[in-house]
Amino acid sequence: MTFPVLSIITFTPLVAALILLLMPVNRKNEARVVALASATFALILSLWVYFNYDQSIAGYQFVEKYEWLPALGISLHFGVDGIGAPLVLLTGVVMFTGVLISWGDDNPHVMAGIQDRPREFFAFLFILAWGVLGVFVSLDLFMLIFFYEIAVFPMYLLIVIWGWSVTREYAAMKLTLYLLIGSVVSLVGALAMYFAQYQNTGVLTFNMLTMESARFSPSFQIIWFLPVFLGFAVLGGIWPLHNWSPDGHVAAPTAVSMFHAGVLMKLGAFAALRVGIMLLPEGAKYWQWLIMAFAAIAVVYGAYIAFVQKDFKYMVGFSSVSHMGLVMLGFSTLNADGLLGSGLQMFSHGAMTALFFAVVGMIYDRAHTRQIPELGGMSKAMPFATVGFIIGGLVSMGMPLFSGFIAEFPIFMGVWQVHWFVAVICSISIVITAAYIMRNIRQVFFGDMPEKFEGHITDITILDKVAITTLCIFMIVIGAYPKFMAPMVQTGVEYIMRLLGGS
Amino acid sequence: MDFISTHFLSLILFLPALAAVFMLFLPKEEIKLLRWFALGASLIPFLLSVSIWFQFKSSIPGFQFQERYEWYEALGSTVHLGVDGLSLTMVLLTTLLTPLAILASFNITDKVKAYMMLFLFLETGMLGVFMSLDLLVFFVFWEVGLIPMYFLINQWGSANRNYASMKFLIFTMGGSLGLLLAIQLLGVLFETYDLLALTQRWTSLQPDSTLLGMSVSTVKAIAFWAFTIAFAIKVPIWPFHTWLPDAHTEAPTAGSMILAGVLLKLGAYGFLRLILPLYPVEARYFAGALAFLATAAIIFGALASFAQTDFKRLVAYSSVNHMGFVVLGIAAAGLAHGTPDATIALNGAILQMFNHGLSAAGMFFLVGVLYERTHTRNLEEYGGLFTLVPIYGGILIFTSMASLGLPGLNGFISEFLIVRGSWPILTIYTAVSMLGLFFTGAYILKALKKVLHGPLNEHWSHGEHKLTEINTREMLVMAPLILLMLWIGIYPAWILDVINKAVMMLF
Repeated sequence: MTFPVLSIITFTPLVAALILLLMPVNRKNEARVVALASATFALILSLWVYFNYDQSIAGYQFVEKYEWLPALGISLHFGVDGIGAPLVLLTGVVMFTGVLISWGDDNPHVMAGIQDRPREFFAFLFILAWGVLGVFVSLDLFMLIFFYEIAVFPMYLLIVIWGWSVTREYAAMKLTLYLLIGSVVSLVGALAMYFAQYQNTGVLTFNMLTMESARFSPSFQIIWFLPVFLGFAVLGGIWPLHNWSPDGHVAAPTAVSMFHAGVLMKLGAFAALRVGIMLLPEGAKYWQWLIMAFAAIAVVYGAYIAFVQKDFKYMVGFSSVSHMGLVMLGFSTLNADGLLGSGLQMFSHGAMTALFFAVVGMIYDRAHTRQIPELGGMSKAMPFATVGFIIGGLVSMGMPLFSGFIAEFPIFMGVWQVHWFVAVICSISIVITAAYIMRNIRQVFFGDMPEKFEGHITDITILDKVAITTLCIFMIVIGAYPKFMAPMVQTGVEYIMRLLGGS
Repeated sequence: MDFISTHFLSLILFLPALAAVFMLFLPKEEIKLLRWFALGASLIPFLLSVSIWFQFKSSIPGFQFQERYEWYEALGSTVHLGVDGLSLTMVLLTTLLTPLAILASFNITDKVKAYMMLFLFLETGMLGVFMSLDLLVFFVFWEVGLIPMYFLINQWGSANRNYASMKFLIFTMGGSLGLLLAIQLLGVLFETYDLLALTQRWTSLQPDSTLLGMSVSTVKAIAFWAFTIAFAIKVPIWPFHTWLPDAHTEAPTAGSMILAGVLLKLGAYGFLRLILPLYPVEARYFAGALAFLATAAIIFGALASFAQTDFKRLVAYSSVNHMGFVVLGIAAAGLAHGTPDATIALNGAILQMFNHGLSAAGMFFLVGVLYERTHTRNLEEYGGLFTLVPIYGGILIFTSMASLGLPGLNGFISEFLIVRGSWPILTIYTAVSMLGLFFTGAYILKALKKVLHGPLNEHWSHGEHKLTEINTREMLVMAPLILLMLWIGIYPAWILDVINKAVMMLF
């Protein structure tokens, strides 16, 4: 038995959350320190996993297995492949930066960070992180769904208690209903697979590695692929089920938006890939055209809707729909290039959108408005945040030398191999994205600063700068040196390609 | 020393970017330090490229100083660098103009650190295009140069900069969309992006086989236009040129120098490096259309230039006019591939790229010198300035004459070669284009008349508006340009030899 690193990573947030809840109410700073310490610990471990993943062996590594409910074939079965490992790293990064930017500012004019009950806030945030990490490492279908539900539930509380007071009740309810309905549909699909496997092989287990070779009949796969895939893909923001996501992003407090768009949406995409495509490959092939159509609409339509937004945070929210559409588009190609791009895009978009929401939050805390036409001249007051947002913007536009290009290029190559027409249509989104990103950079950061802000806008804190720098480093390193991540994702893709080809 | 001699190209390419990153850690109040550091950092690549110019053996076919590094293995793309006579000429032009542009920007006082960093990043982006022998890396650098230019216009430009910078960005990004898609198509087909391998396999596709449900020739024709439009916007060829007058007019002086001096060459370079080798059949088939657009650019560019009252806009439209000749030469070469006439036309086109780089950069700088002192670009508000600033006047006349194509100066040589080469191939278009040469003379003389001659506008002769003579720093910027214009005009063999051998081997 090797060092159980994955379970330590997964349960670190849970332990941290319990410790936080045991702390006295008025010890706000101590609560923050505990949160930061555990987030740092999780980040370091996830980096360790990332760099120790052996690409020459590939497959699932750091595997751990503990019996949980043997009678039903449920076990705590952990392991990561080339697609899971970057996502675990992403979660570590977003946790770390999310805690940093929630720290707050001593300046009384700045409503930055979480000042109201930080202890409970971090506790719920960590329970969320626990669920997210659990999904990324689970090799057991039951456990995957278990962690999935755990990740959804704290969102409601986080938004409804700490969210934007105008829409938080509405958005939290909408988000929770969407996601719960999606996951229930998926759960039904999972149960169908569980029993179908029992019929086929006589083994009663939720182990996904076993299910991969369960020989589900093609008609079974075709019937169940859509509920399973779309049920999970709701959380991935797939069109036309994306409606909850911009509302949820906007209503959530900054750190939760970062988590939400940064990793939670990846959760949906990852589960849709892991359960939908990998366990039901024939179904995926049958419904490929539908998923591709949905994804293509999301890519272009999301970009258009982002283009017309007046609210800064809504703009970022809809840009997430567009970029997650690219992830789904890569999935729908069912070929090596497209899946490679999707794997990279999940990480790239996670870091980028976390950065976007962090900067939008910093601006809102100081200006108390998010209306783009009312903002202006932020570059003078907060130069560091400006540079950070520009780098995020370049990633979002798919500018070469940043991670967005490295991810989008193979996705488009994958689409070419399926249908050239879709590639041509989707490429329009690149120009639309460039237009709205540059327009907003110009208006918000470089336009004339309205008089009411003169002297009121203070620079961001050192912790905010650390968070921005951390996110930027990953985006630039991947962009300039794709070898940092591409070969690892490729090993994961090869495994999926065997499932797709072998069934 | 060993390291330097085996890594010439990557040193030239990445030193500016590294210097820019290093500048992050310099204090932003030390304006002098920042300026001199940026100038020094851009001079090293210049010295290195002069050094490889002399080491370059023009008689050896193929690419020299090749280097290859792993980059994106999953897609089969490597950072493959190398230069032949064509790219070496452009590398020399870029590394020469960047220090001059930085020297020309010593009057910038606002956000000097960011300004200088952007310039150095821009240099790396432009050089990358000229050096890469990998299609994907070519595209990477092609796009990367956009962003520094956008911010240079948007942050340091004049009144209408928001509109101009956005137009520049959207035109160029929209134009490169087709290029991006076509590159992806090539990558999907051949699973490599190496230019030499791609060229060989792409051109040997059977024209009657099918691809993506269409015949290969249809796909190739569409891909040809995807490439062509991307490069045509950058050159720019009529009718894709409308971003150019706005961007040039609003950009800061040094930005216009680089924009006209180097960025426009990227488009022409794309035609020579990618379109002619990859699409010989289509280039022949569509040569007439290309020649038509080039002729239109020459005529309309000159006429539009003549109609301007804004000095900088006048110079901007003159770029459309001059670059039209480059495209005319390329069209002729596409039609009569491999004939001696085509070789002459191509020689002229490449030399014209270099020459236009010198004269356009010089003209924009001189306009900037005047604008900085008078804060107006309106030709009607000048007049008779020669008596006030004789040295400036002399330099302006000299540079204008080079741009006009006066025999003895560089512009004459290249335009003559283009016209001489194209005449037997595209007689009518060439004849019409030569009418354009007449208009070229007209608008340049008009500008000189309005600025330097005629009755003196008393506004500039006394008091606080008194016009001051060009200063030493500004003359230092102009000196290398003037020397080269004269040298190429009198003795073009030193550069034509390198270009000619490259053309002979390439086409």
